[in-house]
Amino acid sequence: MKERTILHSDINCCYAAIEHLHHPELSGKPVAVGGNPEERHGIILTADYIAKKFGVKTGMPLWQAKQICPHLTILPPRMDLYLRFSRMAHEIYAEYTDLQEPYGIDESWLDVTDSASLKGDGYKIANEISRKMKKELGITVSIGVSFNKIFAKLGSDYKKPDAITTMYKEEYKQKAWSLPVKDLLYVGRSTEKKLARIGIHTIGELAQTQEKFLISQFGKVGSILWTFANGYDRSPVRRENVQAPIKSIGNGTTTPRDLENSEDVKIVLYILAESVATRLRENGFSCKVVEISIRNKELYSFTRQHKLSRATNITREIAEEAFRLFQANYDWRLPVRSVGVRASDLVADGYYEQLDLFTDVEQREKMKKMDETVDVIRKRFGFYSIQRGLMYQDRRLSAVNAREEHTVHPHSFF
Amino acid sequence: MDVKVYVDVLAQFSKDGVLVPKIITWEDGQTYEVTKVLDVRRAASTRAGGVGERYTCIVSGQQVHLYYEENNLWFMERKTR
Repeated sequence: MKERTILHSDINCCYAAIEHLHHPELSGKPVAVGGNPEERHGIILTADYIAKKFGVKTGMPLWQAKQICPHLTILPPRMDLYLRFSRMAHEIYAEYTDLQEPYGIDESWLDVTDSASLKGDGYKIANEISRKMKKELGITVSIGVSFNKIFAKLGSDYKKPDAITTMYKEEYKQKAWSLPVKDLLYVGRSTEKKLARIGIHTIGELAQTQEKFLISQFGKVGSILWTFANGYDRSPVRRENVQAPIKSIGNGTTTPRDLENSEDVKIVLYILAESVATRLRENGFSCKVVEISIRNKELYSFTRQHKLSRATNITREIAEEAFRLFQANYDWRLPVRSVGVRASDLVADGYYEQLDLFTDVEQREKMKKMDETVDVIRKRFGFYSIQRGLMYQDRRLSAVNAREEHTVHPHSFF
Repeated sequence: MDVKVYVDVLAQFSKDGVLVPKIITWEDGQTYEVTKVLDVRRAASTRAGGVGERYTCIVSGQQVHLYYEENNLWFMERKTR
């Protein structure tokens, strides 16, 4: 197979860079974009390089950032503006290829293999893109150039800001292999720890470990990571405008106060589950997998999922499953800060059902009818016209309007 | 003083759908005629802070940049000494 040329372009400090452009008076001063402290979404979303030098990091509470960097200007996020810039960046990429796969709002993979004859090699294209971004959008990018997506991404992280790093076949062993293993896509904190325990600290060490051994330690993921580290990844860059059909429906929120006990979490999970189930019904789906994501006060987060024995869009079933997952997986060392519920492995509603002797089908039918009725009531009289009793236990928590919160999630790599 | 100056613009839509600025009203009310448009392209103004379609125009014999932002506002960069 022909060798591919893959670029990964990453807008440097995206939100902060866009704000800098619109605030020339702040040039040379530390700037960060952060959530609204009133609603307690008071964390740094993006800090510029000056602020980073002071130690300001994404996820840090605003007060702490102010403490270590007293001259920091914190601006509220303007999501619509950033999305506009993201779209303009995609327009620039589109001049070079139709094989463009966005990863979040500020990153994209580009497969420019077939543009080489017209536009020059990967490095040259990367240079042109970088120049255009500066001139037309006033922001800088870091670009990695390689023969697969994984190394292209490593390349864009290799040197920042405003840099181009190649990770060609003859280079990756010196460049990529000396990097810490945590730089590799899909090596999170816990995988990093596990790898360290078996003496693997760099990507090179991972690559040179026996694949079989990694599988014995990590299962399927072991094999994937090994493939990544060796540059054997062949996953394609997905074509632009080919929106994958909805894979999952989810909702999450940062709550107005920390959640201290299971009862608190239950309230929020139920609100989220209600909105997820409503959206499933609106779109004519049922789900076979329920997933929760939990983030504690120190911003450590994890997700857990469970496959249901039968597809559902019944609010109560989804909510109960979400709560059960939470109960089974949270140790309450720290209060919870944000919570998410996601329904995936979707099937069309009215999907065939294997009945069994022990499920009360009649009861399920009743619950379905009840959900439909609630949907109709809410449509006519508003969301708050009918509520679960649970919601009255803490009005502040249950006032979280899950439907209107929306976050930009990258599609999963797989 | 802000370098970014929003201005009133009288413009023409040609039958090909091209937008051409004709008369600019500066913040002091003075009007200026655009004698010629030399170039149109998207560009960032790092001085004024913004991005838009940048019209390179000849006004009173001088070359100036006029930006058309996506929010349908026109702006120019104030000359600073």
